[in-house]
Amino acid sequence: MADTQEQLLANFDKALLRFSTFRDNHRVVVSPDTVTKLLSFLKQSCDFDLLIDITAVDYLHYPKAEHRFGLIYNLICTDREERLFVKTWLDEPDLTIPSAVPLWTGANWMEREVFDMFGIVFEDHPDLRRILLPDAFSAYPLRKDYPLRGRGERHNFQRITRAES
Amino acid sequence: MDMNLPDNVVLTKLDPLANWCRKNSLWPMPFATACCGIELMAMAASRHDISRFGAEVFRFTPRQCDLMIVAGRVVMKMMPVLQRIWLQMPEPKWCISMGACASSGGIFDTYAVVQGIDHFIPVDLYVPGCPPRPEQIIRSVIDLQEKIQKEGSLSGTEFTERERQHRKRALQDVLDDTL
Repeated sequence: MADTQEQLLANFDKALLRFSTFRDNHRVVVSPDTVTKLLSFLKQSCDFDLLIDITAVDYLHYPKAEHRFGLIYNLICTDREERLFVKTWLDEPDLTIPSAVPLWTGANWMEREVFDMFGIVFEDHPDLRRILLPDAFSAYPLRKDYPLRGRGERHNFQRITRAES
Repeated sequence: MDMNLPDNVVLTKLDPLANWCRKNSLWPMPFATACCGIELMAMAASRHDISRFGAEVFRFTPRQCDLMIVAGRVVMKMMPVLQRIWLQMPEPKWCISMGACASSGGIFDTYAVVQGIDHFIPVDLYVPGCPPRPEQIIRSVIDLQEKIQKEGSLSGTEFTERERQHRKRALQDVLDDTL
């Protein structure tokens, strides 16, 4: 891990990166305009060949939160068995970030899921549409301002009676 | 009717005969979406053995079934599928809502989970439990057999007829109230 950190510090402005460690999890926080550059550097120069997951967090109502959304990339280098969390942030109204599909093809469905649940738009994604929820769904349910029981989506079906079936 | 019938001949009406045939050869359609499906399989397997009650022929096409067992939670994306499968089943047909989730949404009181399938399709029997034991499902099948024996008719259109009568009564009630 120390090697990766040194490599990153040698190639990026020190002010842009914020490193931290918690229970063997190594994390680096970057701004959204640097994240694509950082990810491609991690893949090409640091051998992080596997993208495990992309996920997001909504920090609405979170104490002392500076930004609305956190976007987290979970990377693994299979050679060195090294794991790294790359985290960036996004704020409304501009919830767009470049897609990671050109780097890792597996990012395709992960980004679709984040889009489905949080409404974060990945630019240049080959097929950005809902993956879990029905296409007609209009809200982003994992946002904290969305009510747990929904806005009536689960009740909007036609009722079939005995006589009709 | 005074006829000298031999001991091995029984007289009955056509409706109960049809019901008797139907109730002892139910063909379930397993709509198993969650852990209830495992208990449903246990019910069909040798230890509990639903074939003792003539309902062992599980078919995975609704067109060959007359008993839908909804086992597990139904999410809103699945509801159109459930309704379509129900409509594809030929009359006469019955529905068992198995487990807490199918009957009420269970612990999943969220935007995506339908809070009881009986909001959207007709249900004959509810089986409580999370998940119910195979004995409970067998009990529900026996109860359903009782219901079929009591209510069925030869034409198999009793549900339509019952609904029609029900609507007629409801309309009469409204007229009585207004006049």
